[in-house]
Amino acid sequence: MYSEKVMDHFSKPRNVGEIKDADAVGQVGNAKCGDIMKMYMKIENDIIVDVKFKTFGCGSAIATSSIATEMIKGKTIKEAFRLTNRAVADALDGLPPVKMHCSVLAEQAVKTAIYNYAQKNDLYFEELEGFDPDDLECHH
Amino acid sequence: MKRVYLDYAATSPVKDEVLKEMLPYFSDVFGNPSSVYSYARESKKAIDKARDIVATTINAKAKEIYFTGSGSEADNWAIKGVASALKNKGKHIITSKIEHHAVLHTCEYLEREGFEVTYLDVDENGFIDLVDLENSIREDTILISIMYANNEIGTILPIKQIVEIAKRKSVLVHTDAVQVYGNILIDVIDLGVDLLSLSAHKIYGPKGVGALYIKRGTKINSLIYGGAQEMKKRAGTENIAGIIGFAKAAELAIENIEEHATKLKKLRDKLIEEITKTIPHIRLNGDPIKRLPGNVNICFKYIEGEALLLSLDLVGIAASSGSACTSGSLDPSHVLMAIGLTHEIAHGSLRLSIGDFNSEEDIDYVLEKLPEIVQRLRDMSPLYEEVIGGN
Repeated sequence: MYSEKVMDHFSKPRNVGEIKDADAVGQVGNAKCGDIMKMYMKIENDIIVDVKFKTFGCGSAIATSSIATEMIKGKTIKEAFRLTNRAVADALDGLPPVKMHCSVLAEQAVKTAIYNYAQKNDLYFEELEGFDPDDLECHH
Repeated sequence: MKRVYLDYAATSPVKDEVLKEMLPYFSDVFGNPSSVYSYARESKKAIDKARDIVATTINAKAKEIYFTGSGSEADNWAIKGVASALKNKGKHIITSKIEHHAVLHTCEYLEREGFEVTYLDVDENGFIDLVDLENSIREDTILISIMYANNEIGTILPIKQIVEIAKRKSVLVHTDAVQVYGNILIDVIDLGVDLLSLSAHKIYGPKGVGALYIKRGTKINSLIYGGAQEMKKRAGTENIAGIIGFAKAAELAIENIEEHATKLKKLRDKLIEEITKTIPHIRLNGDPIKRLPGNVNICFKYIEGEALLLSLDLVGIAASSGSACTSGSLDPSHVLMAIGLTHEIAHGSLRLSIGDFNSEEDIDYVLEKLPEIVQRLRDMSPLYEEVIGGN
């Protein structure tokens, strides 16, 4: 059902954990849905110098969280905005159609964390235009 | 790698004795039983004998046993067949919210066809309220279909009492006994049921064969039309090898039922006791006592079932879950919802179903691996973080 890449990231997830003094924290999903993704970032000079995650969810939710953190670590905020759910799924050599919502969740978790960072620091990013974490819904 | 199969409620392997019995009926004895020559008579004789054996295992008459293609077909036939035969008498059916989909989806189909269905609620252990059942029976109620034991949570329902209530109002009773067969001795006379579904592959017989017990005199229409097979009630050339295998498996299961149930219960209780002792934040689903001998169903809070199954599979353990992610739907299992679990808790369910080929070592292996797997997933879970008071 899952690619080797998914199983690799599920069984050996990268960047699991919390960052105590995180500059950005974003949590998406809910327990009713069956997936919750929480992302922590350390940001210095617009660069995501560290990122960690915690996820409640199925194998693909854990794998997408893991690879998403890998894909944005060391990148600028602008670059992180360009992380699409498609790119996350492709990096995992694909996801079963019913699991595509997990990759959407990963994209949203990254965006929500940066939204939190922008709010805290009173920053403006055009990529966040119209984005409101409270409006997100289950993507099953 | 060590492999441990703990999904016997899903299916079981065919026992050697059963396979041996079946093999000649693929090649040596192949005649179509409906024909007149000696080849046909051999097949016919074998099927008659198999029907006798299966009938004996549930204290029925051979003429009351109709072989089908599966337990699901037996469920479909019982409900659709009675509904269509009695539709002029009434169009109301009573069932429960925890039935197998073979029953629930059949009832939903009948609703679209103009029947009315009452889906009885169950309590936190999966029992229907018998007063509720009695009050639900109407003038136009034609059938009550309640499972003998639930496939997910293992709760055994009081079928005899259900039949007593139904009989007072002259309503037919069907029960899906697929999970019970071979685990608890079934006596259709004592139970008093009118229709009862069985399946071969849960009792170490082949897949693709089941049976419906139809009490003599019960009004039921056919599901499959065609030839005169199965006493003109179920057309289709018989799955001879399957039927022979079914009978052998049934015979073995009933012969060893006490020993089998005692062994399974011992392993089941060890699993439940040890998991309860070593892993916090869990919930045992289903009745602790009135429970199938091989069923363990536990929710592990703060983690999700599919991740748990994948992790177990990585160490060679095969199990199942009522998590939404394993069913491909938005909601977790309808059974776990019906017993009142929240989505959040139901997502973390694990069913381990024990069978004849499991040993104490298998159980010890699970008990060795499970705590660390649950802990690893909890350490990754933001829900658990809230509980243990992280930031």
